[in-house]
Amino acid sequence: MNDMRIVERDVDVKETKIVARKVQVYYGETHAIKDVDVDIDDKTVTAFIGPSGCGKSTFLRCLNRMNDTIDVCRVKGDIQIDGEDIYDNRVDPVQLRAKVGMVFQKPNPFPKSIYDNVAYGPRIHGLAKNKSELDEIVQKSLQRGAIWDEVKDRLNEPGTGLSGGQQQRLCIARAVATEPEVLLMDEPCSALDPIATAQVEELIDELRQNYSVVIVTHSMQQAARVSQKTAFFHLGNLVEYGETGQIFTNPTDPRTESYITGRIG
Amino acid sequence: MTDIPNSGASPIPVGSTGRSSILAVDDRTRRRNRAEARFKMYGVAAISLGILMLLILLTTIIGRGVGAYQQTFISLDVTLEEERLDKNGNRDLADIRKVSTFGYGPLLRDAFEQKVAELGLVTEVSAKDMADDLLSAGARAELRDFVISNPDQIGETESFEFLAASRVDGYLKGRVSRDTIANDKKINVAQLDLVDQLMEQNVIEKRFNMAFITGSDASDARPEAAGMGTSMLGSLFMMLVVLVLSLPIGVAASIYLEEFAPKNWLTDIIEVNISNLAAVPSIVFGILGLAVFINYMHLPNSAPLVGGLVLTLMTLPTIIISTRASLKAVPPSIRDAALGVGASKMQSVFHHVLPLAAPGILTGTIIGLAQALGETAPLLLIGMVGFIASNPPDSVASGLLDPNSAMPAQIYEWAKRADPAFYERAWGGIIILLVFLVTMNTIAVILRRRFERRW
Repeated sequence: MNDMRIVERDVDVKETKIVARKVQVYYGETHAIKDVDVDIDDKTVTAFIGPSGCGKSTFLRCLNRMNDTIDVCRVKGDIQIDGEDIYDNRVDPVQLRAKVGMVFQKPNPFPKSIYDNVAYGPRIHGLAKNKSELDEIVQKSLQRGAIWDEVKDRLNEPGTGLSGGQQQRLCIARAVATEPEVLLMDEPCSALDPIATAQVEELIDELRQNYSVVIVTHSMQQAARVSQKTAFFHLGNLVEYGETGQIFTNPTDPRTESYITGRIG
Repeated sequence: MTDIPNSGASPIPVGSTGRSSILAVDDRTRRRNRAEARFKMYGVAAISLGILMLLILLTTIIGRGVGAYQQTFISLDVTLEEERLDKNGNRDLADIRKVSTFGYGPLLRDAFEQKVAELGLVTEVSAKDMADDLLSAGARAELRDFVISNPDQIGETESFEFLAASRVDGYLKGRVSRDTIANDKKINVAQLDLVDQLMEQNVIEKRFNMAFITGSDASDARPEAAGMGTSMLGSLFMMLVVLVLSLPIGVAASIYLEEFAPKNWLTDIIEVNISNLAAVPSIVFGILGLAVFINYMHLPNSAPLVGGLVLTLMTLPTIIISTRASLKAVPPSIRDAALGVGASKMQSVFHHVLPLAAPGILTGTIIGLAQALGETAPLLLIGMVGFIASNPPDSVASGLLDPNSAMPAQIYEWAKRADPAFYERAWGGIIILLVFLVTMNTIAVILRRRFERRW
């Protein structure tokens, strides 16, 4: 009996990484996100699903303050990472983004060499003392991005010359190179073919060992495949949030059920 | 398989069912096709007209200007007589300098007379009329300069190639003929006969004239000696000022406006005004320069520094507009990528956006500079248009502060002088200016091609 309890505890012991309370986002006059409360666990893949324009990407971009770059965008409410308010005046978004990495919808490697793409983050954050340390970080990141074997012989070729799937994995490698604690992914597979998508999904599952991964996706199948927890957004509201299995098999909210069964969205 | 007769199969009905056939072109389609053909023809006509005009322009410019690159020279052996140039015989430079250019006249007359006698030519032209009318008015000064820099040559006989007077030059180039000089006081038919004889003996020759490219402007009396060199240096110093000021200021302003500035009514007004400034007539910048830089700040008149400052004002909007356009053309995903890995705003701009925008910025800058190089109107008001007797500047400071002209101003100055010899030089100057502009634009195109990135 004791053994059972230990196992149960292991599942429950996952700490909450991000806490959001009463988050509101306005684009000018438009109220894009309404009263969102969510707890995101560490070392878990959390999927945000919902129809287009429901605010899932907007909410994701609040988590590393990428919305700061949009002039008309205002964010209210509390978002804490490890108990620290990320919208506190003392927080420099640059430091925050080193801690909360991001992968974008369209693969966007810098038009530089593969090596420089990955080395850029560590360089600006001073993570490597010398060339050999940097080489090591680049290799480790590319291995984590599951692309090392494909590019190890052509690190000096431009990152833009890779295929779409390879570019996206390069971007993931670039994001993990700065040793983030949270990895945000905004529809990372929407520009990829099914084979590349499968590779990236496999990679996301591996990344769960080290990071808290939050992924926005249009594909419910993808959410079901890769995530442990799922949040359903609709018209700026967080409708339902829970274990992925429960959301897909036994949703409590009729709107979630309608979306999952394909009646809305 | 295609040659099997399809007699067995039912034939495809052609326009017989009452439905319209796509094999027969209907009226609407025919009209539409005619309109399209007409439009294409207009386009071809417009382009042909443009090319024709360009060809006419280029042939005219080259046809009229190429003469300026050739000049007529007269070879003479001049005996530098000691009793005329250095009476005391002690080679004291102070004494030698006392002999004015006027004092060198007789030497030239003797030399000319001797040359004619040597060749056994028969002429009624007096020695004075030969030397004074056939040789350039600058020949005496040239001789004097030689003697002052080589005083030990006094007493020797030296070979010189003097510029011929502009009438003689015009005669060799076909600008002057026996018919046109009927009322000309500077030359007569007897002198032209002598020129013909001297040409046969190769004493008078037309050759390529480097001095047109390297020399300074000359006074009204000596069109044959006028050159573009000094005004080219004036333009060069102005372009240096324009480049050094407008590139950093323009790029910094663009980066701030495009990447950092908040979007509010103030930045909107600034944006609209920058676009408007690009359309302001350049003479307005000229009078602004006159009021601010010369009258208020007391910078020297006619100085390339002031010209450069005025042209900077004129070039800035061009550079800002093209820089902002090339910054805008950098995909936002690159900025997101940089911010996403934790780069600061400035790092994302300087590490990623600016390098990608650089070819566009360089192209805009070169085109702005080319515009400034060809600009004349603002220079009118700060005294850079006119006869500015100047020697080539000997240092950067003198290049910036000493009175000088600029290429287009020099061309304008020559075009408005009376002597047709200057008119030819104006066309010649335009060739130089065009070569500069074409070169700069070619560099701009090459840079754009070379560094263009695809993503």
